[in-house]
Amino acid sequence: MNKVIPAPQKPWQPTFIDKLEDFSILVGSLGVAGAIVKFTGFNGKLGYFFAFFFTLLVANFAFHFLKRGMQAAKDSILQVLTAMAIFVTLIPIVSIVATVVSKGYKGLHWGLLTKDMALASVNDPIASGGLLHALVGTIIMVGGALIISFPIGVLTALYLTEINGKLARPIKFLVQAMSGVPSIVAGLFILSSLIYPVTKALSGLMGSLALTILMIPTIARTSEEMLRLIPNELREAGVALGGTQWRTVAGVVLPAAKSGLVTAIILGVARIIGETAPLLLVSGGGDSLNTNPTSGAMGSLPYYIWKAFLTGGTPEAFARAWGGMLVLLSFIFILFGLARYLSGRKVG
Amino acid sequence: MAIELKERPTPPAPRQITTKPRLSDQVFRTVVTIGGMASLVILGLIAIFLSIKGMHILVDEKFNFITESRWEVITDETGEVIEANFGIGAMLIGTMLSATIAILVGVPISVLSALYLTFYANGKLKKVLISVIDLMAAFPSLLFGFWGFFIFMSSAEYWAKLINKYLGFIPLFDVPTPIFERSPFIAGLVLAIMIIPIVTSISREIFDQTPLDRVQAAYALGATKLSMIKAVVIPYGRGGIIGGAMLGLGRAMGETVAVYTVLNVVYQVNWQVLFGAGGNVASLILLKFGEAGPYEVDALMAAGLILFLLTLIVNATADFLINRFGGKGR
Repeated sequence: MNKVIPAPQKPWQPTFIDKLEDFSILVGSLGVAGAIVKFTGFNGKLGYFFAFFFTLLVANFAFHFLKRGMQAAKDSILQVLTAMAIFVTLIPIVSIVATVVSKGYKGLHWGLLTKDMALASVNDPIASGGLLHALVGTIIMVGGALIISFPIGVLTALYLTEINGKLARPIKFLVQAMSGVPSIVAGLFILSSLIYPVTKALSGLMGSLALTILMIPTIARTSEEMLRLIPNELREAGVALGGTQWRTVAGVVLPAAKSGLVTAIILGVARIIGETAPLLLVSGGGDSLNTNPTSGAMGSLPYYIWKAFLTGGTPEAFARAWGGMLVLLSFIFILFGLARYLSGRKVG
Repeated sequence: MAIELKERPTPPAPRQITTKPRLSDQVFRTVVTIGGMASLVILGLIAIFLSIKGMHILVDEKFNFITESRWEVITDETGEVIEANFGIGAMLIGTMLSATIAILVGVPISVLSALYLTFYANGKLKKVLISVIDLMAAFPSLLFGFWGFFIFMSSAEYWAKLINKYLGFIPLFDVPTPIFERSPFIAGLVLAIMIIPIVTSISREIFDQTPLDRVQAAYALGATKLSMIKAVVIPYGRGGIIGGAMLGLGRAMGETVAVYTVLNVVYQVNWQVLFGAGGNVASLILLKFGEAGPYEVDALMAAGLILFLLTLIVNATADFLINRFGGKGR
C-alpha cells in the first residue's frame, strides 16, 4: 500500500483564474470608462477618473455578488476604495517630482555652484549668477541649528528612556506639542525675544536659532525611538559589570545607538532644510555670499527660490526658481535615502 | 622574651550599602533632567515673549481682536500712530475654513490608504509605498505651495467651476463674481495633500498595533476583511485616528508658505469657499510683516500668540486622544 502524500496547497492564495478575473474587471472598467467619456457629457481627466472609479466599483460589486454573495460583494467595495485612496495619494507625489525635475533641469548650470546673485538679478539669463550664497547660507544655518539642537534633543531622549522619571509623560507631551508649533511662530519668537530687544539686526545666527526650535522635536522623538530599540540586556550588562548609570549610558547605550542617532540628525536636517517662513522673517536673505552668521543678511535655498518666484516673472526667473527647487529636493532625497539606509541596518 | 602584643587590628568599617547614586550619576541625572526640560522652557519662552510684545494690543482690543475683522493703522506724517484697529476674525475664519476642507478631504483618503497599506499591500510593494509616503511627509511646504500654484491650480479651478455649476444653489458653493482662482477651496485641497502623508503614517502605525489574535479570531469566525475591519480594527483604532486627524488639523492651521502662495490673501470674511479670496492667520503675518511699523508688528505678535495657543490646544487634544484611546479596543 503506498501512501499518498498530499502536495501542500495554499487555498487562501488567489489562483491564476482569480487574478485573471480581477485583471479583466480592471481592464473592462477602463474600457467602459473610456466609452462613457466618449459618448456622454463627462469629459476631461476628472470625468474619466470618476467614470472609471464608479464602473470599477459597480463591476467588482456585481461580479463578487454573483460569485460569492452579498458579504463578498461588500468586501470588494472596501478593497476598491482603499486601492483608489492609495492611488490618489500617489498622484501628487509623482506629479510634484515630475514637475520639479522637468522644469528644474533648465535652471541648472555649472555656474550655480560658483557664483552668487550679487551682480545678477533674477530676470537675467540663467547663466549669470548662481546659488552659491544660498547653498552656503543653508549649510551654515542648518549646521548651526544642528549644533544647538542635537545635544538638547538627545538629552530629552535620554531623559525619556534612561531616567524615565515622574516628568517623562509631560515632557513627552511637550515635545509632541513643540513639533506642532507653526514655523512662522518660531520666527516671531526669535524676533520678539532676540532681534528687537538685543541684536536689532537680522542675521544667519537668528535663522539658526529659529530653525533650532523646529528641529529639536524631530531629533528628540527619533532618538527616543532609537534608544528604545537598544535591548535592555545591554544596559543590565553594563550595570552588572559595576558601571554607574553615567558610564553605562556613555560607554554602552550611546555607542550602540550610534547609527540611530545619525538617523535622527538626518531626519532633523531634512525637516528644516526647506523651512521658509521663519527665514523670511529673521535671516534677512542677502544676495551675496556671506559666511559670517553673526552679522549681515544671509541667503538660503528656500529664500532664493521664494525670491525668484515672487519678484521675477520672466521665464528665466521661473527656471532659476525651479532649478533651486530641484537642488533642494535632491538634498531631501539624498538625506532620506541615507536615513533609510542607516535605519535599515541592524542596531548595534 | 615577652611578646610584644600588637594592637588588635580594627576590622574595616562595614561597607555602606546604599541606593544613593554616586556623584557622577547625580551630575549625569541632573544634566539630563535639565536637558529634558528644554522643551518646557522653550514653549514657555515663546508664550512669554509673544505676550510681552503683543499683550498691550490684546488689552486694548479685548475680545474684538478675535471677533472683529479690521486691520488698519492710521499714522500722521511723523509716523506716530493716531489710531489703530486690529481684529483677526476674518483670518481666523479663513484658517478654520481651509483647515476644515483639508481635514474633510485628507482624512478619509489617509485612513483608506492606511488600511490598504496594513491589510492589503504586502511584501515589496508595501515597503516601497511606505517609503514613498514617508518621503512625501518630508517635502517642504514651499514645494507644495508652488506646485499647487503652477500645476494643481488649473485642475482644481476646473473642479471648483463644476461644483459651482451643479451645487451653486447651496450658499457655501455660491460665488459673488466668477473668480475661482486662488480660493480657500484650492488652498484646502493643497493642505489636504500636505497632511495626507502625516495622517496616513499615524493611522498605519495604529492599525499595525491591532492585536493579531483578535484579527485572527475574526477571520476564524468567517469574517471577510470588511467585517473584520469594522468589528476589530476600527473600534480599536478610532481614538488614534481622530488624534492623527487632529495633528493634521494642527499642521494645516499653522501652515504659512503654502497658503500664502496658493491663496489670494484678502482681508475680508469669506464663507464662499470657491471664491478667490481668503487667508489664514499665518499668511496674514507673512503678508503684513514686510511693511509693518513697530506698532503693527506688536499686533502681528499678538496674532502669532493666538495662533500658537490655538495649535497648542489642538495638539494637546490630539496627544490626549492618541494616548487615551489609541490602542484600546472594546
